Amino acid sequence: MNKTALAALGAATLLSACSTPSSQSEDRAARASDRTPPPRAAAAIPFPSTYRRYPGVVTAITGATVYDGEGGRIENGTVVLADGKVQAVGGPETAIPDGATRIDGAGRWVTPGVIDIHSHLGDYPSPSVEAHQDGNEVTGPVRSEVWAEHSIWPQDPGFARALANGGVTSLHVLPGSANLFGGRGVTLKNVYARTMQGMKFPGAPHSLKMACGENPKRVYGGRNQMPASRMANVALMRQTWIRAQEYDRKWDKYDRDGGEQPGRDLQLETLRGVLDGQITVQNHCYRADEMANIIDMSKEFGYKVSAFHHGAEAYKIADLLRENGICGALWADWWGFKMEAYDGINENIPLVHNAGACAIVHSDDPNGIQRLNQEASKALTYGRRAGINISDEVAWTWLSFNPAKALGISDRTGSLRPGKMADVVLWNGNPLSVYTRPERVWIDGALMYDANDPRRRPVSDFELGQPGEGDVK
Amino acid sequence: MKRLLILAAALCASTSAAAQTVAITGGTVALGDGSDPIEGGTVVIRNGRIAAAGRGVAVPAGAQVVDATGKWVTPGIFAGFSRVGLAEVDAVGNANDVQAENSPFSAAIDVAPAVNPRAAAISISRANGVTRALVAPATGKSIFAGQGAIIDLGADMQPITQARAFQFVEFGETGSNEAGGSRAATFVLFRNALREARDLGRFSQGISGGGGQREPRANDQRDLPLEEVPGPGPNQQLLGGNVNRGQDVLLTRFDAAALVPVLTGRQLLLVHVERASDILQVLGLKREFPNLRMVLVGATEGWTVADQIRAAGVPVIANALVNLPASFEQLAATQSNFGRMRAAGINVAMGTINEDETRMVQVTRQNAGNLVALTRVPGASGLSWGEALAAITSRPAEVMGLGGEIGSLRPGRRADVVVWSGDPLETTSTAQVVIIDGVQQPLDTRQTKLRDRYRDLSEPNLPPAYDPR
Repeated sequence: MNKTALAALGAATLLSACSTPSSQSEDRAARASDRTPPPRAAAAIPFPSTYRRYPGVVTAITGATVYDGEGGRIENGTVVLADGKVQAVGGPETAIPDGATRIDGAGRWVTPGVIDIHSHLGDYPSPSVEAHQDGNEVTGPVRSEVWAEHSIWPQDPGFARALANGGVTSLHVLPGSANLFGGRGVTLKNVYARTMQGMKFPGAPHSLKMACGENPKRVYGGRNQMPASRMANVALMRQTWIRAQEYDRKWDKYDRDGGEQPGRDLQLETLRGVLDGQITVQNHCYRADEMANIIDMSKEFGYKVSAFHHGAEAYKIADLLRENGICGALWADWWGFKMEAYDGINENIPLVHNAGACAIVHSDDPNGIQRLNQEASKALTYGRRAGINISDEVAWTWLSFNPAKALGISDRTGSLRPGKMADVVLWNGNPLSVYTRPERVWIDGALMYDANDPRRRPVSDFELGQPGEGDVK
Repeated sequence: MKRLLILAAALCASTSAAAQTVAITGGTVALGDGSDPIEGGTVVIRNGRIAAAGRGVAVPAGAQVVDATGKWVTPGIFAGFSRVGLAEVDAVGNANDVQAENSPFSAAIDVAPAVNPRAAAISISRANGVTRALVAPATGKSIFAGQGAIIDLGADMQPITQARAFQFVEFGETGSNEAGGSRAATFVLFRNALREARDLGRFSQGISGGGGQREPRANDQRDLPLEEVPGPGPNQQLLGGNVNRGQDVLLTRFDAAALVPVLTGRQLLLVHVERASDILQVLGLKREFPNLRMVLVGATEGWTVADQIRAAGVPVIANALVNLPASFEQLAATQSNFGRMRAAGINVAMGTINEDETRMVQVTRQNAGNLVALTRVPGASGLSWGEALAAITSRPAEVMGLGGEIGSLRPGRRADVVVWSGDPLETTSTAQVVIIDGVQQPLDTRQTKLRDRYRDLSEPNLPPAYDPR
């Protein structure tokens, strides 16, 4: 008892530091912008990132078609990478530094790296054996205290596939959707490391995974526990937010007035982070009517939903998404696997985009993450068939800038702007064609995949000594 | 033969669309037999069958002409392994007939009566150019899942092309679970089942298979219309009470009778197996049961034992893109599996095995396109464009012994034809005209209706529920 109390006190001291508005890491101070939450809590967040970019060389890709990730397109474009950053993007007149490694991009495309906002790589890794089922803490519907990063196995072979076939440079790993409050999600750089901390995207905000609809009520209703219905989903979420508000008030008062430090509660700490705008909300929700309920609930408690994930019916309320500044993180053509996905349509993404809302192509799948560019292409194609004309370069915002925005990292990555992280893919053709694959992938300016160099093809520990070790996958 | 006629503008002059002669002209025509596409080709359909296809084919007098200039024309997609039509919503138990965990039967189960031609997945797949599908049951509590069918995806109430086309059995990890917990138990369960079938079959003249001479293949009558092929259904004689089986049996009489055609080689046996060592063990079963006509399903590690598979003359239905070691029986998984097996001379068809196969068979053509992409990845093995199309059209038909009937645009085949907006293996193309058995099909679905209802979210006069449909 005493020991526990002591440990709690130590941790609480840490938290008080991280709750002090003036405590800012240099990282965060330098990078903060109006797109990211204020840096108040950054400095002392435990399990800090130890990711460091790997060495790169000054590189100039010339003669390529460039999608800048924010909707721009340059033909015969030049992209210069140096010191881990995008240094220049422009036409053939762009200055190339002396000594730069030149890559002929003729007939090729250059884009920002793909960002998957919904992945379970690492917390549901391959092989998919019982011992690896670490994505859902199915012991209670409110589990905001758990962090997906503590489940991540950095040797998941799926990271390599997402890199080599999908051009994925960053990904957001979420807890599953069994619970109303599933826990915190974490953004990773898609670079193998010995530890999770070695993959963690420096300074990226955590998310809170929430879920509405069938999953929570099925899991707990099946045990004769609350929630067993959609109305109980909402009731239990609201009751929890009421507790979170009380907790937030207590800590706000302490931060302001001092006095006796309130007790620390990991579950409510996460929710306080949401109420304070430190933690984004990534909300699993399929049906239009339920998304509307969630939006109203977020207004009741004064927080913002960053993105609805899966949103099979997002197209029915695309105007609500636009008005509330909420992204739809969606599949191109999945539908019908369960009741709340029955009305999924192939035009969901282009309809959401066309309504002026923020559309994102997500995977939620270790195979889908390898082909997000093709998913975008299908969505674009179905949209065009329905008369919604969106250009290829604008569609690329679904794959990089929009997910970066919804994750609070768009000031650092997600588009080819000078000064941003050099997270870049050189494709061997039009990346919206099924026939195209990544030729090279840079992460923070380091060449982490090269189709022509087997030594630039990562092999996870798990695959060593196994049949097919080091094979093209 | 299709009786329900769905008439479209291009074809509506006739009293019977299936009897109508139609010429699809000016398109890039791919026959589906592995050959390269032909620019400016013509496809002629007469009496529900392909009369001619290729360059320089004359348009018959009086034919309805469909102008496909700038478009692509191919055989309809054949989903080489699916469960389409067996579930409306997967997670809604009452609307899902994929497996029967509580049934007392296994091998005797026949999926044909469960196929719902009005399932949303049928219309959605059809609108995406899928015209035929292999439909397999899934195992419940035996390694034998039961008998699968070949279906068409036409908008009518006669979906079955061939019922009881095959028996489906699980080996490997799934089989091991069904058999009680080990691979060894799977093999003894399988051998016992076939021996029970043989013992039961002894009471019926001409049934053997557990050793001795090979039987002629009874359903090799490929010139007959499929409906008239004598199906390998249960032998009524074997189901009679006059055949005494004794007490020492594990299978129900109905299940044992259902395995007699497997034992004799009258019915194909589709074996789901992934690990290389399991593949070799399964191929070895032919030594004990020489009349087995097996098809390997899955075979993720097939490329590592490709020579043995080819030597056994056993075809494979494989997924295109499995490349994760999702289980310990798929450690060698690579997208190059398909191409490497094909290069080794194995007849490989593409399926969607445990890949949302109740409703996502539309992605089959995207998967095929990905195998073409591999031809440009150093060290990888892919397929030529023609072979990739064949993998989702003629190869599945050939594997099922139906190559003379469906799967290509060669003369005499059933007229399953799709006109695409562009290259059908591209994610940028859509199906624009879908013809099954010579009948042009509707392409509207629940999805297109939902799209049209919510295209415009303003509600000036009435709620969306009143939108014209």
